[in-house]
Amino acid sequence: MYTASFLQDPDFIRSLYIVAFALFIIDLRLMNHPRTARKGNVIGAVGMGIAVIATLLIESVGDYGLIALGIAIGTAVGVPAARSVKMTAMPQMVALFNGVGGGAVALISFAEYRGSLAAGGNPDLDVLIPILFAAIIGSVSFWGSNIAFGKLQEILPGRPIQLPGQQFINAALLALCVGSAIAIAAGTESEGLFIVILVGAALLGNMFVLPIGGADMPVVISLLNAFTGLSAAAAGLALDNVALIVAGMLVGASGSILTMLMAEAMNRSIANIFKGGFGGGGAAPAAGDGEEKPVRSTDPADVAIQLAYARKVVVAPGYGLAVAQAQHTVRELATALEKRGVEVRYAIHPVAGRMPGHMNVLLAEADVPYDQLKEMDEINPEFPQTDVALVIGANDVTNPAARDVADSPIYGMPILDVDKAASVIVLKRSMNTGFAGIDNPLFYAENTSLLFGDAKESVQKVLKELEEL
Amino acid sequence: MDLLTELTILVLAAFVGFEVISKVPNTLHTPLMSATNAIHGIVLLGGLYLIGPAEGFLNNFLCVIAIAFGTINVVGGFLVTDRMLHMFRRRD
Repeated sequence: MYTASFLQDPDFIRSLYIVAFALFIIDLRLMNHPRTARKGNVIGAVGMGIAVIATLLIESVGDYGLIALGIAIGTAVGVPAARSVKMTAMPQMVALFNGVGGGAVALISFAEYRGSLAAGGNPDLDVLIPILFAAIIGSVSFWGSNIAFGKLQEILPGRPIQLPGQQFINAALLALCVGSAIAIAAGTESEGLFIVILVGAALLGNMFVLPIGGADMPVVISLLNAFTGLSAAAAGLALDNVALIVAGMLVGASGSILTMLMAEAMNRSIANIFKGGFGGGGAAPAAGDGEEKPVRSTDPADVAIQLAYARKVVVAPGYGLAVAQAQHTVRELATALEKRGVEVRYAIHPVAGRMPGHMNVLLAEADVPYDQLKEMDEINPEFPQTDVALVIGANDVTNPAARDVADSPIYGMPILDVDKAASVIVLKRSMNTGFAGIDNPLFYAENTSLLFGDAKESVQKVLKELEEL
Repeated sequence: MDLLTELTILVLAAFVGFEVISKVPNTLHTPLMSATNAIHGIVLLGGLYLIGPAEGFLNNFLCVIAIAFGTINVVGGFLVTDRMLHMFRRRD
């Protein structure tokens, strides 16, 4: 057992943890560029492997049969899910993975609390407070992520679901959780009360995501990701584990940044998003303000001609492209146009789709080189020199009302200035309003024509006409 | 380790997180989220740590589920991120 005692030296194990979190930081650094990102991810996975092995070396760790069972179940579920998920379904996959992470934190905090009670009573406050924090946030994150998953997977309606007195119910649930936590911290030793905290936080997680509409999902997923990170860091404080503290906090910090960036891209405060109900229809001066305004609808042949004789075409994709799985067809169209000498670019709004950067992933899947994907600030000055802006399944992120109509609910949100292109072609399923339920003046503009139908079928038809030109 | 040392580490880690992430371009936001998502699967360690000393059916059960959840988070997260990043390449 001589070698075993060297490996089980706590200092050796802590050193391995240092290696592990250093690798996580390197992973995130390499995420800065598409060329290095994949290597970064592998390095992060290696770090995780080291952290797991280090933990298994700890002397008090035992029950290897049960550990193997848990890991086997997790692998049997996680690997096939990760392998088979479609790129369009990525947001719900991330939500689900995030949820199980939060769930693990909540379960661990519960097990740890039960363990201390069995060992004689409440742990010291420096352990107890992190446990309580981890229990609340972990449970909120688990249930919130599940609801987000349900909405994205369309098991639940994507539209906001609101109860009367929603704010009041949420505040009451939060008070219940925090109050029970304070009671335990003040000395009450009660497993029942701990369960009240877990259940209260579970309800809170449900209640706080249900009222949020599909279009706000990028912000929600990002925030829940940060939550799980923070709860993991808290669990690290409770378990005296540096790897957990650092890794959890890295995620907590990065998730918070991403959340703020997303909220900024929609020009809304985070509080306003979580008040929920955006797109509920109620006050929005929506489609029905009287007369039907005339729109100009066009046909695939005309679109093909416009595109073929353009010098520069900018494609503005949105969630509709994901729904129709049109990314590959769009890419084929772009290739056909480039063969004719047309310059093609993609304009990517930061919140297009259902998670940050969703459109980039879809277009990358279709082999679009990432240097053709232009961020909003970069592409907006180019629209006045653009001959045709092709809007595919995007709505709110192209709505000029956000720029021009001061009383519009989305006023102030930065948009893609597609309306400044010489000609705008919008591919749309129907005249329904977008997720936000707000009418889009772009559709009635003089330089706009609409091509109705499923995005993928429409692009295919245009492609066919193009080939016949 | 005492609490203050741990809090020091916590605060420093927060700043490192802010710093490292702020430079990631929009293009990579989805893989970034997915990668950080995989990293918080590290809670798996908590389950591993607690299952040995755990006594009674319920505590063991909670730990096994926590380990399973953590593993889904880690394994699924890293794999799916790899799949996404595999697609980001420049045309030759």
